[in-house]
Parts: sequence; structure tokens; C-alpha cells
Amino acid sequence: MASVPMHQGLLLAGILFSLGLLGLLVRRNVVFTLMSLEIMLNAAGLAFVVAGARWGQADGQIVFMFILTMAAAEVSVGLALVLRIYHRFKTLDTDAVSEMRG
Amino acid sequence: MILVWLIAILLVAGILAEISGRISTLWPRVISLAAVILDFAIALVLWRGHSAEITLATQNEWFKEVDWSWVPQYGIHFHLAMDGLSLLMIVLTFLLGIMSVLASWNEIQEGVGFFHLNLMWILAGIVGVFLSVDLFLFYFMWELMLVPMYFLIAIWGHERRIYAAVKFFIFTQISGLLMLIAILTLYFIHHSVTGVYSYEYKDLLGTALTPHTAMLLMLGFFIAFAVKLPMFPFHTWLPDAHTEAPTAGSVILAGLLLKTGAYGMLRFVVPLFPGAAHQFAPIAMLLGVIGIIYGSVLAFGQTDLKRLVAYTSVSHLGFALVGIFAWNPIALQGVLIVMIAHGISTGALFMLVGGLQERTHTREMDRLRGLWATVPVMSGVVMFFAIASIGLPGLGDFVGEFLTLLGTYRVSLGVTVAAVIGILISTLYALKVIQRAFHGPNAHVWSLPDLGKRELLMMIPMMLILLWIGLYPQPLFRTFEPAMRKLQQYAAPQPVLTAVPETHQLSYDQNGLPGINRR
Amino acid sequence: MLHLLWLIPAFPLASFVVLATLGKRMPRRMVPVLGAGSVGLSAIVSIIITVNFLSSPPPGNHFTQLLWTWIDVGGFRPEIAFYLDSLSLLMTLVVTFVGFLIHFYSGEFMEEDEGYSRFFAYMNLFVASMCILLLGSNLLLLFMGWEGVGLCSYLLIGFWYRDPVNGLAARKAFIVTRVGDTAMTIGLFLLFANLGTLDIQELMHRALAQWPMGSVLPVAAGLLLLGGAVGKSAQLPLQTWLPDAMAGPTPTSALIHAATMVTAGVYLIARTHVLFSLAPAAQLAVAVVGAATLILAGFSAITQSDIKRVLAYSTVSQIGYMFLALGVGAWSAAIFHFMTHAFFKALLFLGAGVIIESLHHEHSIFKMGGLRKEMPVAFWTFLAAGCSLAGLPLITAGFYSKGLIIWETWSSTRGSAALWVAAVFGVLLTSLYTFRLIFLVFFGEKKTQIHKRPGFRMMMPCVVLAILSVLGGYVEAPVFFGNVHPFSEFMQLALPPATEGPLRGMSEIVSESLVTVAFLIGLYVAYLFFVRKREYAEAITTPAIAKSLHRFWYTDWGMDWLYERVFVRPILWFARVDKSDVVDYIYSGIALVTELLFHGVRKTETGRMRWYAAGIAAGSIIFLAVVLFL
Repeated sequence: MASVPMHQGLLLAGILFSLGLLGLLVRRNVVFTLMSLEIMLNAAGLAFVVAGARWGQADGQIVFMFILTMAAAEVSVGLALVLRIYHRFKTLDTDAVSEMRG
Repeated sequence: MILVWLIAILLVAGILAEISGRISTLWPRVISLAAVILDFAIALVLWRGHSAEITLATQNEWFKEVDWSWVPQYGIHFHLAMDGLSLLMIVLTFLLGIMSVLASWNEIQEGVGFFHLNLMWILAGIVGVFLSVDLFLFYFMWELMLVPMYFLIAIWGHERRIYAAVKFFIFTQISGLLMLIAILTLYFIHHSVTGVYSYEYKDLLGTALTPHTAMLLMLGFFIAFAVKLPMFPFHTWLPDAHTEAPTAGSVILAGLLLKTGAYGMLRFVVPLFPGAAHQFAPIAMLLGVIGIIYGSVLAFGQTDLKRLVAYTSVSHLGFALVGIFAWNPIALQGVLIVMIAHGISTGALFMLVGGLQERTHTREMDRLRGLWATVPVMSGVVMFFAIASIGLPGLGDFVGEFLTLLGTYRVSLGVTVAAVIGILISTLYALKVIQRAFHGPNAHVWSLPDLGKRELLMMIPMMLILLWIGLYPQPLFRTFEPAMRKLQQYAAPQPVLTAVPETHQLSYDQNGLPGINRR
Repeated sequence: MLHLLWLIPAFPLASFVVLATLGKRMPRRMVPVLGAGSVGLSAIVSIIITVNFLSSPPPGNHFTQLLWTWIDVGGFRPEIAFYLDSLSLLMTLVVTFVGFLIHFYSGEFMEEDEGYSRFFAYMNLFVASMCILLLGSNLLLLFMGWEGVGLCSYLLIGFWYRDPVNGLAARKAFIVTRVGDTAMTIGLFLLFANLGTLDIQELMHRALAQWPMGSVLPVAAGLLLLGGAVGKSAQLPLQTWLPDAMAGPTPTSALIHAATMVTAGVYLIARTHVLFSLAPAAQLAVAVVGAATLILAGFSAITQSDIKRVLAYSTVSQIGYMFLALGVGAWSAAIFHFMTHAFFKALLFLGAGVIIESLHHEHSIFKMGGLRKEMPVAFWTFLAAGCSLAGLPLITAGFYSKGLIIWETWSSTRGSAALWVAAVFGVLLTSLYTFRLIFLVFFGEKKTQIHKRPGFRMMMPCVVLAILSVLGGYVEAPVFFGNVHPFSEFMQLALPPATEGPLRGMSEIVSESLVTVAFLIGLYVAYLFFVRKREYAEAITTPAIAKSLHRFWYTDWGMDWLYERVFVRPILWFARVDKSDVVDYIYSGIALVTELLFHGVRKTETGRMRWYAAGIAAGSIIFLAVVLFL
């Protein structure tokens, strides 16, 4: 089985993470924010998997399972919040929901 | 065991007061009063026992002692012990405790239950401070008296109560943390020297320290106590806290909380770090004497009666500081009397000012004027305590101040002269109180009720006690004498470490606080 | 019988306690019975003790009564104990006896006053404190009496508290005397630290044994005690409080500010005479203070217009004579003058009180006049006292006591011609201001209508004191006039006689004659200016320089002005400026900086999630960069 070189895998993970971060910073729609978060989480997961493959250890994949679980939990809470936000503010714009400024 | 009861009665009474406060406003007062009187009676019985024991000339380490293991792994004990010094302080605590419950009888109408919970717990903390000989327990009690005091000022205080309460809390808390650091450092150093973890006062005495370390640790303790005392320039929390606190709070602050500072100096600062304390003595005495003069001048400048009385505490406790660092028997006995007499005379003045405020709803002297015509008895009583506080011979404060300075004279002429001038300035503020508030024409046509039965019941014993201390203070001296000798013995000059032995090398971080290399 | 000693202060003290607590509820006529009666009992006890002391002298001519040990700490062991010797006995006798007469007088004088019982309570407390001062066997107990009389003086000067002027005078008196007490306190510390006791007799023995003549310590101790004495006895430079102290009720002025308390300084120095003998410099200071004060106060007395202020300056001046006597080692002469002064000055004040009462509380001597015929008893008693004060030769007591002082100023080893000249010049001044007072008040034409006449209770003490003012001097007569010295002999049981120096070309009779001449000159000038040619008095005060000189003397040589600027105003200014405590600005400064930081950091809390994310990202990148590349 042809293995992907580690630096390519990590590069991909880095690019994905940067895209996620970019999305997080530029998109104002809270649904896209959540999606960007998911991308970043998965990028981190990918990095773990690549690292695990590099060392021939299962740890990376196990951590990825954890990340998936956490992402699921996060999305469920996040989407619930999105619904509440939409109910209350009638918008999904995150900047509109800035009631907690100092 | 009796010592535990002293504290437990107060704690339980506090909780009962809180619970009963939901039913009526009378019950918390009655329960608290009963608890403090009970404790006072116990303390008096203990005192009698103590006097009998002195005449038997037994050489017990402590007069009464309770030592329970608390967290054995870390050498933390629930260790209470009593000697002559703590005994007298506790008698004073309960005396002023009774007075403060009585003083708030009419003044406090809101949240009576919770008020008495706080009051009782402050007293419990103070008793704990005076009794603890385990430094961990001591710190615990030190904090215990702080929190309810904060509530007392912040909830039942006057106009600027929140500001005052926060200021009080920050000052004492930060200085308390310095003490905590010093305690922990001492604890670890002691462990590295002996291999035993112990917070025990007796164990920590005479711990081998380099002069530099000893000085830093001493300063940690010193600053904590100096803020409480309060020493110039750490005094500025005091006028705010005293002025804004309800009467009972002011009485306890001035009469007792400040004494914990002086007590700490006597019990811990000098005996634990004799060399460093000796080296530091000139500065401490200088600051003390600045406090004496500066406090008097500030008191003279005030127009708010309560604030004026508050500043006099700065002045009086300066004597305690000077005397403690003079550290000879005459001065130390003087300090003891200063502490007790100041507690009573200033406590009484706060109660009287509180009484005036209840009647007139003002503390501004210019708004009072000419009260002698309408409240002659009260004016006479104020006059009594005012002249007591300027050190008129025959009353308690004089004995304390005179002995303190007599002892100090042997150590430093300059400090003594300056302190005597401070007494002279104290005349100014006392006469100002009399003139501004009580003499002169009754321009605002005040017509007020004179001292009632409850107030006379508080004032007459305090006047008699001050007279008694002024004319026959010998029982106090006798009670304190063995304890004082022991303190002096602890603080006797010990061989100073010049080179640090290899086995307990210390490393210093940038702040100069020693970290421990556990090898 | 000497064991009754403790009763002397105990009676008035008990009466004070009763009057202070129950005085308001007591029937009004019981107040003077209790107030004056207690002092009367003290006087009786004093007389009994005096008789006893004279008939069967205790061993060593002194007697100590130990009540209890006051303090016993680290070798410091003052006792509550009374020490009786001829000095303390005589002074106690005078204080209780004159005190009783003045209390008796006050029974009528203060009758209309609302603070009747308060007045007697304070007066009783005063007598008790004064007796403790006199009888205290150690300096600490003496100091207790010392401060006690100071307190009573304060309370009584400010007795009519509604008028702020009285309060001001009272505070001034208390504070100025406390300035002296500050020095005295340090003196006590010095004595104890170096000699290890405060018991007066023990102290004197040890000083004699341990301190060489003229060394630094006795001089320092002497000067510090002198500081206390000049404060209490209103001598230069602390004399300014006494004239203002006249704001108090007149019996107070008579008892406290003339007859007794103000001579406490004299007593202190006489009591510790050994110290001053060991310290010629300090003793010279006493003499110089006395001489300077008697002249300065004499000039001030000439210019006053308030009858009580004239008498106040005269008191200052006469105490100056006592200090002068102490300063030249004429110990018993000083006490002799104390005794005669107590009689005639108390009487002068009581007489002044009678006059003031009769004339609608008129104080100005220029509005009095012609009272000689209207109030004969007051006139004759006042005249007797005035002559005694001025020193009318051979007849009056004042002549003998003052003459003795002046003679010993010349003859004593520590005296000098300059001091003698000052003292004789003082006689001229005394005679001048005394007769000015008498001529203005009792001669000339009547200016104010008399509104009530004093009763028996006020006049009886005056008559008794008038008799004493005249006859009191016969217990001591100079060599050329009987040569009897029972008083000196009695005093010498406690005080050493004055050491006779070389007679510098003058005998006692010459000195006394010159004193007489000075007296006559003063009398004549007063007669000329205030009886015969009133226009002379006006003419002499018209020039500008005379006016400013008059004002200068009138305001006590400008010393109040000076103290006001040097001490009072700076302290008031500082207290006002620093009311909110400069030190607190440091802490409010810290609080302010923290608050500013908070406001700065708060700006970053935008509530926008994307900003936070960006912050987190940037922070992580910076952190990583720092960790990786540094």
C-alpha cells in the first residue's frame, strides 16, 4: 500500500485548518461559523491520523475518534444555540449577537 | 477542651441567631448576648485559675491547651493554647463583644439574624487568632475574622460602606497573603532543616535562617500585622472602615481587630525572627512614632466625629508598635496596657458617637454644637473617655503610654521625645471634640434624650475598668508577666548563621523569596 | 493621728464623685454644704495633722503613708503613697484652708448659676488633685495630681461653656501647660532611666550620691522639670495662658489661678531642690526666668483695664518672685511668699468678685470708681490685700516675704546684684499697678450703679483673709525688726537654709529700706497719675510711641501674636490641608491606575465572536513563534 508522505498529509491538514480559520474569521453567518469549526477540528484530526501513521501507532486514530465524538457533541449544542439565537434575534449574523461586550 | 468551647459557643450561637432571626428580631440579640456573656464568664473563671497558678509558680508551657491532629500528612494541627497574654486579650474580646451586641440593640433593624451571625463569627475568628499556636490554623482564623467583617461593613455600614468594605478587604487580604507566603516559606525551610513538616509555633521558633531570609520572612509577617495595627503608611483603610462601619463594627475593629496586629507582632514577629526584628527595630519605631504624631494631627483636622476617633487609633497603636520594638519588660507591659485601655476607651468613644448619630443623624461636629446643655450625662461620659485617651494619669491609657515610653527611653531618646510631643498633640483633638460638639451655644437647638439605662449599663463598667487599670493595673501585669518572660526568652539573641550549611542550601528567585531545593 | 493623712484628698474626692453623679438630683442647698463641707473637713484634718506634727514630730521629721503599690514592673515601682514633711504639710494646710474659704464664698457667689453642682464638683476634684500633687511621695503620683489640677483648671476656665471665648481660653490654658508637661514627662523618663526610681526622697539621695556637681544630667533634669514648672506656674515663656484664664468664674481664679495651682511649679522645684543645687546652670535659669517674668508681667499689669487681668499679671509677676527665690537658693523664702501670696491674692480676687457682682458684671476698672464709701468692707479688705501685695512696710505680710526674697537675692551665694536690681524694680512696678487699681476702683467719682450687695457668706472669707494678709507675715521677721524665724525653722526641717554669700557691702536693713523707697515711688506715681492729675495719665499715653508701647505691653509683649504665627497657624493650616490624608493618595493612585487599565482592556471585549477567534489565533501564532524561534 502506497503511503502518503507525512509532510503532504500535514500540509493538507494545515491547509484545511487555515481554511477553517479563514472561514471562521470572515463569515458572519453562524451556521458557516460552525462549519468552519468542523473543518478545523477535522484538520486537527487529520494531523493526528498522519502522525499516528508516521509512528505506526494506533494512538492517532483513537484521538480522532475522540475528536469526532466531541465534534458531534459540539455540533448538537451549537445547533441548539443557533436555533435559540435565530428565535431571539431573527438573524444568524454573529456580529449582531454582541450583547456581551464590556 | 475549654478553649474549643470558647470558639464553638460563638459559632453555634451565630448559626442559631441566623435561624432565629427569621422568627423575630429579639431572639438573635438574646442568643448572642447570652453566648458572649457565657464566654466572658468562662474567660473570667480561667483568669482566676490562671492567677492561682501563677502564685503556685508552676512552669507549664501553656496554661490551657488543646492539640488535635488535623491534616497529619502536612503536619497541620488544630492546636489552641492559652497563656497570660492570650487570656487577657480574650477577656477583652468578650468584654467588647458584650458591648458590641448591646450597642447594636437599637441600631440594627435590618437582617438582624445575619448581622449577629457575622458578629459572632468575627468574635470567634478573633478568639481563634489569639489562641492558635499552629500557624496554619492561625492563618485560617486570620481569614475567618476578615470575611464576616467585610459583610458587617458592606451591609450595615453608612453612606460609603461598599468603598470602605472593599478597601478594608483589599488591604488586609493582600497583606495577609504576604504572611501566607512567609508562613509557607518558613514551613518549607523548617522541613528542609529538620525533615519534619510542622506548622507548630514551638517547632518553628528558632528555625535556622540566614539573616537575609529571616529579614524577608519577618517583613512578610510584619507587613500583615502592620496593616492591621495599623502602622503609618498603611493606615489609610482604617478611617474609612471605622467611619462607615456600624457601631458594633467600629467597636470590634478598633477594640479588637487592631489588637490582633499588635498581638501578632508580640507573638510571632519578634520571637520567630529575633535577629531580623532587632535589626529592623529602628525603622519600626520610627514608623510607629510617625504614626503617633501623624495620626493625632489628622484626627485634629477632621470634622466628622467618627473619623476623628478613628484616626486616634492610628496614634495610639503607634505606641504599641514603638513599645513592642523597644522589647524590654517595662515597654512590653506598657504595650499590654495600651492595647487593653485603648480597646476600652476607643470602643466607648465609638459607642458614644454611634449613640449621638442615632439621636441626631449626623456625625459632623459643626452640626452638633452645644450638646452639653441637652445631654449633660452623655457629655460628661464623652469627656471622661476623651481625657482618658489623651493619657490623663489615673486612667488606663496613661499607665500604658507612660510605661511604653519609659521603656522606650532606654532604647531611643529621639523616639521618646517625639512620642511625648505626640501626646501633646493628642490634647488638641480631644479638646476639639469637647469644644465643637458639646461646648458652645446650642445653636441648632438640639433637644435630645440623654443616656438611657442600656447605655449607662455599657458605659459605667467601662469607666470603672479604665479607672481600675489606671490606679491598680498590677493584676494585669501579673497575668502577663510569665507569658512575657517566655516571649523574651524565645527572642533572646541566638547565634546568627553566617555561612549557610550545605544541607539546606536555599535558592532565591528574582523577588528574593526563597524557593526550596529538596534534595 | 498622722495616719489620717489620706483623708485630706479623700474627702473632696468623695464629694466630687457624689456631686458628679447625683448633683442634679440633690436639693440645691445641699450642694454647697457638701462641696464646701468636704474641703472644710480636709482643712480640719490638715490642722489636726499640723498640730500633731508640731507637738510630736515623727522620726526624721517626715512621715510616709503607703496606700498601695500602683505599678510594679521591671524595677519601676511607684506607689500610691503620701509623703508628709514640713513643706508638703504647710502647702496642704494653705491649700485646704484657703480652698475652704473660697468654697464657702462660692456658695453664695455661684448660687444663681445653673451649673451649681457642676461647679462644686470641679472645685472639689481640684482640691483633691492639688492635695495629691502636694502629698504624692513619688514624681509619678505628683504628676497625676499635676495633670488633675490642669484638667480642673481647663474645666473651670471653660465653665460657662456657652460662650466660645471661654472655651478658647480654657483650651489655651490646658494646651500651654501641657507643653510644659511634655518637658516634665521627659524629665521623669530621664530621672528614672538614670537613677532607677521616681520616689522623690530616694531620687534626691541617689542624685546626691551619683551625680557630680554641675554635670550634664542634673542640669538636663533640672531644665526639663523647670519646663513643667514654667508651664504650670505661668512663667516666661509659657505665661500667656494665665491672663486669658480669667474667663473662668472668679472663685476659680482666686483658688486655682492665684492661690494654689499656679504655685505648683514652685512646689515642684522646692521639692526637687537637691537637683537644682546640683545644677547651678539650671538654678540660674530658674532665677533668670523669675526675674524676667516679674518685670515683664509688671509692665503688662500697668496697662490692663480688666480688673481680673491686672490681678492675673500680678500673679504671674509674684510667682516670678518665688522663682527668683528658688533660683538663688532661698527655698523657705519662696514658700513664705507662696503662703502670703495665697492669702492676699485670693483675697484680691474674692474682692474683685464682690465688685464685679455688685456692678452688673462690669470688668473694666475705668468704669468703676468711688466705691470706697459705697462698699467699705470690700474697700478695707481689698486695701489690706493690695498693701500686702505691694509690700507696705512693716505692717503687711507681703513686705516680709518679698523683703526676705529680695534680701536673699543679694546675700545668697547664687544671688547677684543684677537679680537684686530687677527684684527691687519689680517692687516699684507692683506698687504702681496695685495702687493704680485701688485708686481707679475705689477713689474718684462713682461711675456705675451698684445693683446688689454681697452677703455674709461672701464677706466673711474676705475678712478672714484680710486678717491673714496682714498678720501672716509675723511668723518671720527680719533681723532689725524682732528677728524671729519660726517659719524658716519649720521649713528647714525639709529645705536647706539659703547659703549666705559674702556680704557685698549692704546689710539687710539697707536692702529693706531701698525696697521701701521703691514702694513709695510706685505709690506716689500712682497717686500723681490716677488721683491728683488724671490728665497726666492721658498726656503720657498720647504720643504714637507711647501708644504702641502701651499696646505692646497690653498684649503681653506680643507673645500671643508670636505663638499664633509660629505654632498655632502652621498646625491649623497643616491639619486643614491634610484633612483627607496625603498618604491615601498613594493608594487611591494605585486604584486609579488599575481602573484605567481596566478601561483599556475592556475596550477589547467587543462581544464579536470573530474578533475573539482572531485573537485566539493571533495569540497562538505569537506564542508558537516565541516558543519556536526564541
